[in-house]
Amino acid sequence: MASSVSVEQTAKKLWSGGVSPFRVSYGKLMMWFFLLSDAFTFSGLLITYGLLRYSYPAYEGKLSDFVPSQDYWPVPEAVFDGVPFLHGVSIPLAFVGLMTFILILSSVTMVLAVEAGHRMDRKNVIKWMLWTIVGGLTFLGCQAWEWSHFIAGSGKEGWGIDLNGDGILQAGVDFFGANLAMNEYGPQLFADLFFFITGFHGMHVLSGVVLNSVIFYQAAVGTLERRGHYEMVEKAGLYWHFVDLVWVFVFTFFYLI
Amino acid sequence: MTHLEETSTVEVKPADKSVIKRLLRIALILFLVTVFEFVCAFTMPRGALLITIFVSLTIVKAFYIVSEFMHLKYESKVLIWSIVLPMILVVWLIVALIYEGGSILADRTAMF
Repeated sequence: MASSVSVEQTAKKLWSGGVSPFRVSYGKLMMWFFLLSDAFTFSGLLITYGLLRYSYPAYEGKLSDFVPSQDYWPVPEAVFDGVPFLHGVSIPLAFVGLMTFILILSSVTMVLAVEAGHRMDRKNVIKWMLWTIVGGLTFLGCQAWEWSHFIAGSGKEGWGIDLNGDGILQAGVDFFGANLAMNEYGPQLFADLFFFITGFHGMHVLSGVVLNSVIFYQAAVGTLERRGHYEMVEKAGLYWHFVDLVWVFVFTFFYLI
Repeated sequence: MTHLEETSTVEVKPADKSVIKRLLRIALILFLVTVFEFVCAFTMPRGALLITIFVSLTIVKAFYIVSEFMHLKYESKVLIWSIVLPMILVVWLIVALIYEGGSILADRTAMF
């Protein structure tokens, strides 16, 4: 009896002002709600991908015989098999796998920066923030290569769009690669969704790198230390982990399924 | 440079080895799950089973990132539910619209 009364009272106090019922600071709470709304946006994009992907027939034949067509959705292993410096060699999904690994690693360095911030360890916050920024920039560089490779085309035997209808695919005459109006890999929507979803995620990574650079600077010149806490590192960390999380989903829905 | 010297009086707490060890263990789990996804992508036939494996492993990875890296597991219950409940509705939307995509395909094949 007595315990239920006390529970009621604390619950009432919790929501009657003066304290945070969520037991986090205003800034962190608002970051969480921003990330939730951002998750809705990305869900919308990825669900659109899923809907459109299953509204097209799937490729039925063997992977080694795959040739793209407007009639069926392409197999990601056959499309994304390029690796920098190894032109013409087919190593399916290796490069995106590397990108995933780089982003997860930068998430680990970010969490180490947050941990150092809890201990007021400025030297280690600076060190781990710098590694996180390096990881983010490496990822963006990889994505730039991935895009340019996708736009320029694979140059594989029998791939490309026969523009003049002579049955021969000829460089300079016929179309190779993809843009927002033409796509050698399959249905046009595949290229459009590729540019939109990975581009939207890339913009998030870019914003994250800018945000992390600001925090890195503030930690380096001692602004955060004079403030008495490193909560800014935690807030930037929440955003950075979210960007990593979205990539995990993009990787599954775009490259694996 | 002067800033660096004037504020060096702040006491730095020593690193807790167990915390760092836990974080590295989670990183290792994320890495191994990704490797396992790769192995599945190249050894298993495409189909409903493979998609189920991929989606569930993705949710496993999401769980570790959100609960440990983003620290949600250690926040108050009301915050956890404020984030998780809306996302459960999103999961329903995924299932519903992918099913819908299949119906669009069936309609298209029937019409043309």
